[in-house]
Formats: sequence, C-alpha cells, structure tokens
Amino acid sequence: MRALAVAVGLIGFAGLSARAETMVIRNATILTVTKGTIQKGSILIRDGKIAEVGETVDTPAGATAMDAAGLYVMPGIIDCHSHIATEAVNEGSVSVSSMVGIPDTLNPEDIHIYDALAGGVTTANILHGSANAIGGKTVVIKMRWGKTAPELPFAGAPPGIKFALGENPKRQGNPSVFRSTNLRYPATRMGVADTIREAFNEAKIYQAKWNDYRAAVARGEKAIPPRQDLKLDPLVEVLEGKRLVHAHCYRADEILMLLKIADDYGFKIRTLQHVLEGYKVAGEIAAHGTGASTFSDWYGYKEEANDAIPYNAAIMARKGVLVSLNSDSEQLMRHLNDEAAKVMKYGGMSETEALSMITINPAKQLEIDSRVGSIEVGKDADLAIFDGHPLSNYSKVVKTIIDGQVYFDRANDLAQRPAREKEKERLFELDKQRMKAAQSGPRRTGPEVRE
Amino acid sequence: MKRAALILLVASIAAWAADDAGFVIEHATIHPVTAPDIPDGSVLVKDGKIVAVGAHVNARGARRIDGKGLHVYPGMINSATDLGLSEIAAVRETNDTNELGEFDPQLQALVAVNPASEHIPVTRVNGVTSAITLPATETGPEMIAGQAALIHLDGWTWEQMDIQPDAAMEIIFPTLRAPRRPFFAAPGAPAPFRETQRAYDEKIRRLKDFFEQARRYETAKKGPEAGLERHLRYEAMIPVLDGKTPVLIVAQREREMKAALAFAREEKVKVILAGCQELGKLGPEIKTAGASVILGPTLAMPLEEDMPYDQAYALPNEFYKAGILFALGTFPGEVEHEARNLPYQASMAAAFGLPKDEALRAVTINAAKIWGVADKLGSIETGKVADLILTDGDPLETRTSVKKVFIAGREVDMTTRQTELYELYRKRP
Repeated sequence: MRALAVAVGLIGFAGLSARAETMVIRNATILTVTKGTIQKGSILIRDGKIAEVGETVDTPAGATAMDAAGLYVMPGIIDCHSHIATEAVNEGSVSVSSMVGIPDTLNPEDIHIYDALAGGVTTANILHGSANAIGGKTVVIKMRWGKTAPELPFAGAPPGIKFALGENPKRQGNPSVFRSTNLRYPATRMGVADTIREAFNEAKIYQAKWNDYRAAVARGEKAIPPRQDLKLDPLVEVLEGKRLVHAHCYRADEILMLLKIADDYGFKIRTLQHVLEGYKVAGEIAAHGTGASTFSDWYGYKEEANDAIPYNAAIMARKGVLVSLNSDSEQLMRHLNDEAAKVMKYGGMSETEALSMITINPAKQLEIDSRVGSIEVGKDADLAIFDGHPLSNYSKVVKTIIDGQVYFDRANDLAQRPAREKEKERLFELDKQRMKAAQSGPRRTGPEVRE
Repeated sequence: MKRAALILLVASIAAWAADDAGFVIEHATIHPVTAPDIPDGSVLVKDGKIVAVGAHVNARGARRIDGKGLHVYPGMINSATDLGLSEIAAVRETNDTNELGEFDPQLQALVAVNPASEHIPVTRVNGVTSAITLPATETGPEMIAGQAALIHLDGWTWEQMDIQPDAAMEIIFPTLRAPRRPFFAAPGAPAPFRETQRAYDEKIRRLKDFFEQARRYETAKKGPEAGLERHLRYEAMIPVLDGKTPVLIVAQREREMKAALAFAREEKVKVILAGCQELGKLGPEIKTAGASVILGPTLAMPLEEDMPYDQAYALPNEFYKAGILFALGTFPGEVEHEARNLPYQASMAAAFGLPKDEALRAVTINAAKIWGVADKLGSIETGKVADLILTDGDPLETRTSVKKVFIAGREVDMTTRQTELYELYRKRP
C-alpha cells in the first residue's frame, strides 16, 4: 500500500514546477510575522530567496506572476516536534541511544511529507522517540516532497539530540508493563536523572581524554588518540554547544531536575518538548534561556498530562520563555494554524504572537531564524498561502512554497485526482494479474512469489 | 488546590440557584438556527425553558443580561463522546468504556457517568451543552456494547444530567479484518482470507441469533404462557425491536456500512450509522434506508494513505450532498479528550466544502433530530429547553470566546480546573 501511495503521490508532484523560478506574488495580504501585515502586498522570489517584499516590487522580465487577490501569505509553518519521514523512531533497547540517529533513516517517500505541505508546513524537527532518557540524534528537514533523502535536511541547521523524562523512559523498567526478565533501568524519575548524569559523567571523562590528546599533539608529542566512542561523541558535542538538546518532559519537578543537571555539567537545554507543566516553572525555564515547544490544548491522555492546561503557552510566553507550538502527530501537523489560534482563545495572545509560535519562534529554537520563520528580504522563500486568514478555522492552504518552488498546489491536486484514481485502478489490476500468475505459473524462487 | 476546589464548589452552588423570575438576554444577535438571525433581539428564559424569542419580547421582572455586540446560539450537541466515562486515557482504572462480553444491551452508560469529571466543565465552556456518551469506543470490542446516553453537561448527579438514558443501542459492527498471520507461516504467505470470512460470517450469525432470541422473548412475554423468567439482556432489547430506540451501528468502511444497513433492514430496526469514514457508493442506499449518520472526527488523516489528503475534512460535505441527515461527534478514539473541540471539527468540514450553516446544524438541530429530541434541543425556539451560549462571534471559530453558557436555563460556572490552575500559576512569584 505504501508503494502505491508513493506512486500516486509522485504523480501529484510531476505536475509541479521542477525548480525554483523567479516569481512575483501580487495583491496578497502578507503576514510577515516580524514586520507587520501588508494589505495588498507583493513578494518577489528569486533564486529560492525572498528578493523583495512590499506594496509594490520589481517584476523582472520572464518572472511568473501569481495573482493572490483575496489570499493570505504567511511564512511556511515550522513544526518543532515531528516523527514523520523516518523509517524508525525509537531505539528503545538501551537507556542511552545517542549513537543512533534519524539522519540515517530518513524516508523521502513518506506520504506525510505531502500531507504536511498541504497544511502549510515547510520545515520540521524530526526527532527520535521518547523511550530512553537520552535518545538518538535529530534532524531538521524541509518538506521537499519528490526529492531524495539526502535532499531533505535543512542545510546549515545545527544538529540536535532527543532527551526524554518521565513516564516514557521509565516504562521499560516497570514490572507491571514489561515482564520482570526484561526490565530495563531506569524505572523511576530518580533513575532517569541518574542515567543522564552517568552519561555526562562519562562524556566529560571522554572529552578530557581527547583534550589531553589534542594538547599533546599541539605540544608536538607523538600521542595515541583515544578510541572513538559513537555514543559519547554526540554528548561531547552537547557539552561544546554544537548539538541542540530537545528534551521531552511533562512535570515541573523533572523540568527543574534536567535544568539542574545541565547547569552542573555546563550545557544548555535548547528546547523542552511538550513541557505541559512548564507554566508552573516558567520563570526558571526563562532564566535558563531554554525554549519551550508545547501542544496547544492536549491534556489528560496520561497521568503526567493531567495538569496540562491550554494556557500553558501564554503563561510561559508572558514570563519570558520562547514558546512554539508543535504537533508530534502527522494529523495535528496539518492544522497548526488552527492550533495557533488557541493561544488567542486561551490566554489572550495577539495574532502576531500566535503566528510567531508556529513560525519565527520555532525557527529561533532550531537556530535557523536567519533563514526562515518570517517574510523578510534575504530569507528562504518558504511560504504558505491560504484562502483566508490562517487563524480562521474556515481557511485552508492553497499553495505551499519551499525555496521558491511550489511543492503543494491545491488546484493541481484536485485536477489530478481523476488521473490518480485511474492509476490506482491500473496498479490494483496489475497486482491481481501478478497474484494470478504467481499462483498458476511455474514455481520460481525469490521472495515475491514465495507462498 | 483545596482552596481552589472550595471556591469552585461555592461558585457552582451559586450558579445552580434557579432564576425564579427568569432572565432575558437583550440586544444580542440571535441565531435560532431553524429561523433567520435576529439582529438586536432578545431571548426570554423562565423555568429552564425558552419562553420568548424575537426583536421585542415582554420581559418584565426578568433579570436582564446585556448582549450588546454579542451573539446567542443554541448550545452545541456532541454526538459521540466518552464524557464521564473516561478520565485519564492511559490509566485503566479511570476508564469505564468497553465492558467485557459480546452481548451487553442491558448496560447503561448513564449510570457510570462521573458528574465530577474534569472533562465536563472543560467541554461546556466551549459551548457544548449536551453530549452522547457511548458505552464503547469505536475501536472497542465488536457486537452489542450497551445503551448510549444523551446527557446535559451540568448536574450534581448523573440523574440530573440525564436527557435520554437510552438514546441508542450501540453496536460495534463486526469487521472483515485479516487475522494476524500465524508466526510459522512463510514470509509473503497470503492471509487466510477464507478463515477471516468464516469468522466474520459466524459473528454476524450470532448477532442475528441474539436479535432472534430477544424477539422470541418479547413474543413469549406478550403470550399467555405464565412463568417466563425476567431476562435483563432481552428485556433491554425490547425498545430496539419495537423501533423506539435506534441502534447506533459503528461501521467505518463502506463494506461494513453496507452490511450494517442490510442487518438493520433484515432486523427491521431504526438505524444510525456512526464513525463512518467514507461514503463510497452508499449515498442512495443510506437515504432509502432513512438512516442518519454520526460523522467524526473530521480532524483526521485520510482513511487510506493513497486517498486525497483532505478526504476526512471533505467527508461531511459528501454526506450533505448525498442528502443524508448527519451530525458530528468527536469520538473518544485516537485523540483523547477532544470533546471540547467539536466546534472546530465542524468548521474544518466547512473549510472543505460544507456550507457554514450546515456545519452549525451538524452540531445543533440535526443532532437533536437524530437523537429524537428536536422538540427540546438544538435551536432557539419558544418552548425548547434553554441550552444557550452567549459569544462574541461565530462559535465555530477558535478565536471566538464563549462568554456565558446556560444549560436548562441555569447559568453555568465558567471556571474549570484548567482556569483554576491558570489563575494560580500566572500569579506565581
């Protein structure tokens, strides 16, 4: 079924422009997010970048013009927490799995990339799961549907790593969930704290060995390098500020626990993910300079989410925390604009603050804000175009642009549906015939005909 | 937190006190749903009922609520929830849906509704004033799950919340689902379809058998023979067999929906299809059967990943275009505790084709019609129960804020555990 979906999806892609072109979007309401709203404005896109924005812009010869009267243009939506486009999420066999990473398992054929585009999402932070206290490496991608795996990552985005606190990393230590022969340390929040401390203790020792070695080499000595440790390398990068930590957490106590460990070992937590009780310790989070990426209104689905309130984002933002709204779900990911409207309802944030939480704020959290997250000259031409105000529930995405290239076009999608249906029927027919042939024909070796 | 709870309790008691002389909401835009909007209109409420609606109403002596610049809508009805039956989804002890056993028509969701559930206030402050609470989730065990209840989202006890204790008999219709492949089978071996078919046929046979047994019980009960022992399971089936209580058949795919319609036709029972995730070619058949449908959640992925990306969003409009009476429910299933987001499930359907007024009807009057309470709920009309919401705009828009909620004429407290925590922690030094 997946292969079929991909085949069908690729047809959808074939009709779109294959590469970035010079384009002018005219007569649109432009929500720049960082520089106000331009009624009846225009955007010039050249070489995949925003070349001009304003009430009027130059129209170079040969530029494609798009009349966007009645439409709203906003920066492409950025989701700071997603698990799409990857073949694997959790390496759950160990409590520290920093040796593995999502960059190794990217799947460009995941139809959810296209779904995300249809919801105006252009960039997402693809995270390892939350099965272990220290999880795998993460990667920021653009939704370049139709491209290959190496073309998905956001070039220049700093690498990241997933941490996880609370119920999930201690689940495999719980004898009532797993059989007692299969228990994995830790089973408690104390153990989660210890697991992280042990790992950084090890990483510090390892780092010191390398430092000694490099110092010796610098002195001109013939030294033997320490043996490379693939588990500890990423943690040393964290210590050196070269890898961003995205930590899954729920309760206030565990949030402070992690901030304390980070302080003790001298590293930063870039974002707290979910952070549903962040509102209880917003001041402490702000003081640490840590960002928070949360759900708009999910609550009550597990014990540690029982004190979750939809005012979480608003309280944290007002207390100085950099806040983004994320999805953690291929479903929620498709209407993050509607989720943003919830911070206006719950906590009275402004329109700009609401839009910031799905654009420039996650861009800052991922340290890609010089490139994306707002409509400004020089930034990547990553745009979501809606048929109404994106904070209205009645609006939908009509076009999504990445690097100046149209990756989603609703009109195109609708026009191609009959052809896709036909193609689907043809593939089903082909499959049926192949099954028949396999049953009646001579027995061959190979997995496709084994019964 | 104890102090907060006490304040909440006192506030609830105050809110509970009846408005003896009645109250009138004036100078608001009234959206009756079943009649054109009334700009600068009034709604007069007395003894829990709407006694007058219009541009001018005689409201002498009534408490006055200024609705200038605001809007009055009927309270919304969520047609599929587990409200009161599930508190923390992942904690088994707090869940009371999905009982053991295949034939449980005697089970009543109503008696297990926890009136103190935190999800009830959280849902009603968004303008949802009543809900169907289901004995089983849509992914629950197949066969007869029990009686779904229509409840008001306010009350000290489930008895006070009760609107219709047997709004429908819920059946999770058997699915023709491929069984798990035996572990010893060679890789690539086809699933034993014949076995699947046999298991499915057997389930349908037993379901029909149970209906037949209940029917014989009913006949025996009416007959002259003395000494028939009372049988609670069959007893519960009598209103269904008599056509008084509809069966709510959860059937997600076209194949099951079609089979469910055939089943209802053969058993001569009134049917509501629920949880349908496609329409396929069934439009005319559903219409001919006179079946109504509960759709949702619309905020969902396409049923199959090779279907159009907006398949779930556009589905309500497909049913509308087919002329089928439908209402929306959030369903307990995949995303837990979504009952409060009913209005946004409706507006998503509107973004993808469903006319806006039809989206509103799907959470008000059409739901009331399906649940057989159109004479009481679902619109602002004289004589109806005063389930009203006062808003600063379209309630299907997230940005709109719900200012006041009235359930059966009582102004409910807009405080929830969530607003309490908000107030407590926003002020934390």
